[in-house]
Amino acid sequence: MDSTTLPPQGATTSGRTWRRLRALLLLPLSGVLLSGCTLPNFGVTKGVTKSSVNVYHLWQWFSLGAALIGLLVVLLLAYAFLRYRRKDDKAIPKQSQYHIPLEVLYTVVPIIIVIALFVGTLIVENPEVANPRTDVVVNINAFQWGWKFAYPGHSVVVIGQTTQSPTMVIPANTNVHVNLTSTDVVHGFYVKEFNFSRYALPGVTNQFTFNAVKTGTYAGQCTQLCGLYHSLMYFKVKVVDRATYDHWLSANRDVSAAAAAASATALQSNTYVPSKSTKSKAN
Amino acid sequence: MSHTTATPISEHDSHDEHHGPSGLLNWLTTTDHKIIGLSYTITAVVMLVIGGALAELIRAQLASSNGHLVSFAQYNELFTMHGSVMIYLFAGPFAFGALANIIVPIQIGAPDMAFPRLNALSYWLYLTGSITMLLGFFTTGGAANFGWVGYAPLTSSLNAPGAGADLWIGGLMLTGFSAIFTGVNLVATIFYLRAPGMTMFRMPIFTWNLLVTAILILLAFPVLTAGLIMLYADRHFGTHIFSVAGGGVPVLWQHIFWFWGHPEVYILALPFFGMATEIIAVFSKKPVFGYKGMIFATISIAALSLGVWAHHMFTTGVVLLPFFSIMSLLIAVPTGIKIFNWIGTMWRGEIWFSTAMLMSIGFLITFLIGGLTGIYLASPPLDFFTHDTYFVVAHFHSVVMALVLAGMGGLYYWGPKITGYLLNERLGKAQFWFLFIGTQVFTFPLYILGLQGMPRRMAVYPLHKEWVSLNALSSVGALLIGVSTLFFVVNIIVSWKKYPAGDNPWDAQTLEWFTTSPPPHHNFYRLPQIRSERPTWDYNHPEHKSIAHGTHEE
Repeated sequence: MDSTTLPPQGATTSGRTWRRLRALLLLPLSGVLLSGCTLPNFGVTKGVTKSSVNVYHLWQWFSLGAALIGLLVVLLLAYAFLRYRRKDDKAIPKQSQYHIPLEVLYTVVPIIIVIALFVGTLIVENPEVANPRTDVVVNINAFQWGWKFAYPGHSVVVIGQTTQSPTMVIPANTNVHVNLTSTDVVHGFYVKEFNFSRYALPGVTNQFTFNAVKTGTYAGQCTQLCGLYHSLMYFKVKVVDRATYDHWLSANRDVSAAAAAASATALQSNTYVPSKSTKSKAN
Repeated sequence: MSHTTATPISEHDSHDEHHGPSGLLNWLTTTDHKIIGLSYTITAVVMLVIGGALAELIRAQLASSNGHLVSFAQYNELFTMHGSVMIYLFAGPFAFGALANIIVPIQIGAPDMAFPRLNALSYWLYLTGSITMLLGFFTTGGAANFGWVGYAPLTSSLNAPGAGADLWIGGLMLTGFSAIFTGVNLVATIFYLRAPGMTMFRMPIFTWNLLVTAILILLAFPVLTAGLIMLYADRHFGTHIFSVAGGGVPVLWQHIFWFWGHPEVYILALPFFGMATEIIAVFSKKPVFGYKGMIFATISIAALSLGVWAHHMFTTGVVLLPFFSIMSLLIAVPTGIKIFNWIGTMWRGEIWFSTAMLMSIGFLITFLIGGLTGIYLASPPLDFFTHDTYFVVAHFHSVVMALVLAGMGGLYYWGPKITGYLLNERLGKAQFWFLFIGTQVFTFPLYILGLQGMPRRMAVYPLHKEWVSLNALSSVGALLIGVSTLFFVVNIIVSWKKYPAGDNPWDAQTLEWFTTSPPPHHNFYRLPQIRSERPTWDYNHPEHKSIAHGTHEE
């Protein structure tokens, strides 16, 4: 957490106090938040990246809150249904309409809960969307209907579409920086085991960093509707140890680039491109 | 106004028969808000059935991992048109066109809407817009196929060259203008045509919610219409607003769409909240608990809803996450207030479990599920991994199915006022149980599938055979919902002109239950004294006035 860093030169006393206060508050809080491991998993897994574990714990805390509030409402309803079921259709109950202390209570308590959820969100979100410096960079390009993974500086390119889904190889325990773009429409880069997704937008380079801590091969898929073969836009992420990664990089240098170039030409001719409508040609 | 008895309004008009055309010509030329509202209701329910049929096809396709019922191309048309029909042609028009049109003027003691001809125009625009959009199915390229949100550049003339896309845009513009005109009409009616004594804080919650909805319509719908014009210009006039090649910005569409789209969620929801509020109060024989708090909650939901649109865009990486996160989380507060107010209304009441009440309770529970799962999605880290998965699909289907439950409650509750006849309660309760249980069986597996990583809008999922059983279970739920609709149709046939309702079959509280069922041409022969938000109740039960907390007189 940045809360432990020293204040910059010339920081005011109040700034320093605030920083200390924040460190005091956030550190134990994030400790508690990120160790919710005795809670049930509420349908979510820890995933395989540094962030995905934090997301998992945040999910647990949100779920705990949701379960308690849901249970409270259901119990109140059940009690009301049993206790206040109409017994006599002539009976008219007391016509009470306001109870200000009660109304204030169920306004203030949810505000406190919301603030707690927001603080938890920030604790998990800030490191997740930070972009720390790293030597491993992958340029990911999404297109209808496949993926291209390029390793700049290494002349390594992996490309594949629909049924021949490509595999992105990355080293474990390393910050991997991704530059994500799209050639045509909006796609979604989603790896379930990362507990993470990000849009691939045309005209925008989306950047994010992840750090996979567990080796293995993980399924990925396009999540944003992108046309006819959206359902088949698969890819894989293979997390290997650093030595294997380096070996893989040198083995595929240029070879893969040449193959990719050939493949790209083939794709271009094979790719389904709908003919332009006559009206749009008119311009 | 007299103090003890109801005041007749223009006695010589008591037998006023409206001397206009009758039959089909009357229906075509009417400006009577009740007939227009009835047309809206019937059209919207037909759209619900069409949208439901498309949903059943989707669920049939997904009941196996490599379904062959429809092709990939047809599947894209199916879910696009399912979403479009349900959101644009059913939920919205049913919420602010159908029941609002009939009930709001009567609830505030008005003879009609402020602009009756504009009201008729709204309906005809809605009908023609709906037909326009649905005609896409009959074009050679098929209907629109880019999802109901139509993310650019999938909607460009290159990616969606067919006429179906243009019909989708055209239909949406027509229904959009219909909504804007209805919004104008509702605001003018509520501000200017309230009966003497009907102050703002004596308006029933349903009318309040429709006022707030109408203001949201006026703020949000023009933005969508503008976006559609830009999209049409991109497709046909060579502009490059959403295309990168021409220097445009595709993600701009998402901003425009959701700037309309999130207020739209509340434009859909608030009228149904209002229906449930009225029904819960009437069938608990109590006033709405925390009436003023309820109104402030509605207003704050509407205000917040204008500042949360980018929570649909957390995964674009181009929006300010913390701002949209806290704004979205905050909506939970006024929504929670409403839920506790509903419980407070039932508390110490005499709860009558009629079909309308059961539907409202079903709404409350289903909406609770949809609301609680929505809170997760307001947190960007949690949204990142559930976005565009079935978790989101399950979340908003819990919400909209809750609205369908409330809407059905509204039909059972107000139907007798419009037609003069009650519906069969046993068939109604059977419909309720099928609808309620079907909804949970339909959505619950989808939550799990989403967390297991199933993305939405997939025609097939050949690599994930393990998802088949949950998908099949969800399809069974969808089938149960379909069966509930059959009960409704059978109920209408069986109950046709069978059980006369009388003026006030539920011992209800608001002004519409003071007049006859159906109401006369200009709604009222006489009005009671209006001294609270429950004039009919006050008239029928003068000894049982509302009491605030702390006052102990009985």
